[in-house]
Amino acid sequence: MASTLTTKPEVIGGPEPRHRRRGRPRSRPNWVAGLGSWIWLAIVVVPIYWIVITSFKSQSNYYAENPLVPPGEPTLANYVMVIESDFPLYFVNSVVATLGAVIPAVLISFMAAYAIIRAGNQSRFLRLTNSLFLMGLAIPLQATIIPVYLIIIRLHLYDTLLALILPSIAFAIPLSVLVLSNFIRDVPKELFDSMRLDGATETAMLWRLAFPLTRPAVVTVTIYNALTIWNGFLLPLVLTQSPDKRTLPLALWSFQGQYSINVPAVLASVVLTTLPILILYIVGRRQLLSGLTVGFGK
Amino acid sequence: MSALATSATAPKRKGRGGSLAWMTVPALLFFTGFGLIPLVGVLVLSFTSWDGLGDIHFAGVDSWANVLADPGLPHALWVTFLVMALSWAVQTPASILLGTFLANHHRYRAVLSVVYFIPLLLSSAAIAIAYKALLDPNFGLGAGLQIPLLVQDWLGDPYLAFGVVIFVVSWQFIPFHSLIYQGGVRQIPRSMYEAAELDGAGRVRMFFSITLPQLKYTIITSSTLMVVGSLTFFDLIFVLTAGGPGDATRVLALDMYVRGWMASQMGPASVIAVILVLVGLVLALVLRRLGGRDASHSQLEGA
Repeated sequence: MASTLTTKPEVIGGPEPRHRRRGRPRSRPNWVAGLGSWIWLAIVVVPIYWIVITSFKSQSNYYAENPLVPPGEPTLANYVMVIESDFPLYFVNSVVATLGAVIPAVLISFMAAYAIIRAGNQSRFLRLTNSLFLMGLAIPLQATIIPVYLIIIRLHLYDTLLALILPSIAFAIPLSVLVLSNFIRDVPKELFDSMRLDGATETAMLWRLAFPLTRPAVVTVTIYNALTIWNGFLLPLVLTQSPDKRTLPLALWSFQGQYSINVPAVLASVVLTTLPILILYIVGRRQLLSGLTVGFGK
Repeated sequence: MSALATSATAPKRKGRGGSLAWMTVPALLFFTGFGLIPLVGVLVLSFTSWDGLGDIHFAGVDSWANVLADPGLPHALWVTFLVMALSWAVQTPASILLGTFLANHHRYRAVLSVVYFIPLLLSSAAIAIAYKALLDPNFGLGAGLQIPLLVQDWLGDPYLAFGVVIFVVSWQFIPFHSLIYQGGVRQIPRSMYEAAELDGAGRVRMFFSITLPQLKYTIITSSTLMVVGSLTFFDLIFVLTAGGPGDATRVLALDMYVRGWMASQMGPASVIAVILVLVGLVLALVLRRLGGRDASHSQLEGA
């Protein structure tokens, strides 16, 4: 991730005001742009469509049928085969690694962001901490993987899920702190002052004021980090070894190596590993997309 | 707040800086342990010899001499640069146009966005595996449709394989960047377009005279993400082509993995990693200069 991405939310929470539309005023339809975006849509959709329909074909029918026509005799055999080759275990591994990293990462990032915003201009230590995190945005994960590998071996954590969790937390921190602090900054000062007059401690203000008021940002950061860790490939590849520690992307890769000729089965494994995220996406689509727009926009 | 109140709270605030500092400690510990120490560690390791399992020995500048003399390095740098430049050149215009269109057409967006952003959710491994199957010359989509143009050895020919990498990268990331641009376009004041329309400006003129200049900082943000992000295309290329055919798509990150884990030479692999960090830093600095403002810092001043 890069260091220039920064956020300036206009409103905290709440749906965007529809009536105050900005941008180009409504005018005659733009055929060129419309056509372009439909072409792009086709480029996006055709492979996805092909993946889904093929995953329901039997291997013999796959060669016989037109690849873009839905299967004449749809079968779940590919899915059964994938599930029987230990995918439930890999699924559990992915869930454990993702939740185990995202929840602590978001909590400690929130605490750090809160301290930096609330007291950053009085404490040189906090300003220094913040500059460190900002610098961290420019560090590519790949570049530090060899020492991380060494540290994990020396901690006797090699080939455990904890080996994935600990570095994932560290790598989630810089961006999380940046986005969360941009939102905490917009919580009106008066609210903090009045809570302090009532005798609230900073910890209480963090949990009962800042946290609820920045919930959209917390959700966005959580989803973003979860997606990154769920889809992560390099850490499991380098830091684990035994089949029973595999997370889904790694399992997908070795399954593909094993059954590369059985295209429908390989594609069924692709669909299965994506399904959990897809369900989350359908549930939280509005939140994720608006969060990303605000979070990465100008 | 009045001057009196400010001075009255000043001593209290001084105490707050210290009393809140502990809140950053957990994040700082993790970040130091698995971010900062490895960053220094990779430089240290580049002066050692280590096979990844046994003991680590000091080896002076052996690894550096070894890597810098290897013709594989300029090649990997060149491939990395090409991937960066071409994927930027494909993604940026497409993302700006799509983002502008999506920002102005809410009805379409509701329909499109359901499927539109799916590539954003898929793992690079899943995307690479699906495209590998789709492009297979014997079992893929082209063979099934029996369209000769599509029946190519897509991943077996160096130029085609390179083109496939650029295409798949764009397929994966254009949705994300068009989302960023959509956010940028929606912040352009509508009055600018109304004024231009009164002056008789057409759609194309308005796009080049208002939309593009107003998107300057969005372009820099998105380009920084693309360019710095392109240094880290490891999973996609590793699964799709494994750097091949030959070394046609062996980018720096892949070169590091091959040297370190396949050839068991962590010393030279660390040299490549140090080069990766340096390239990333230089790029971030250059892009920041181009931007003419330091977005993250200017925001912090208000903290």
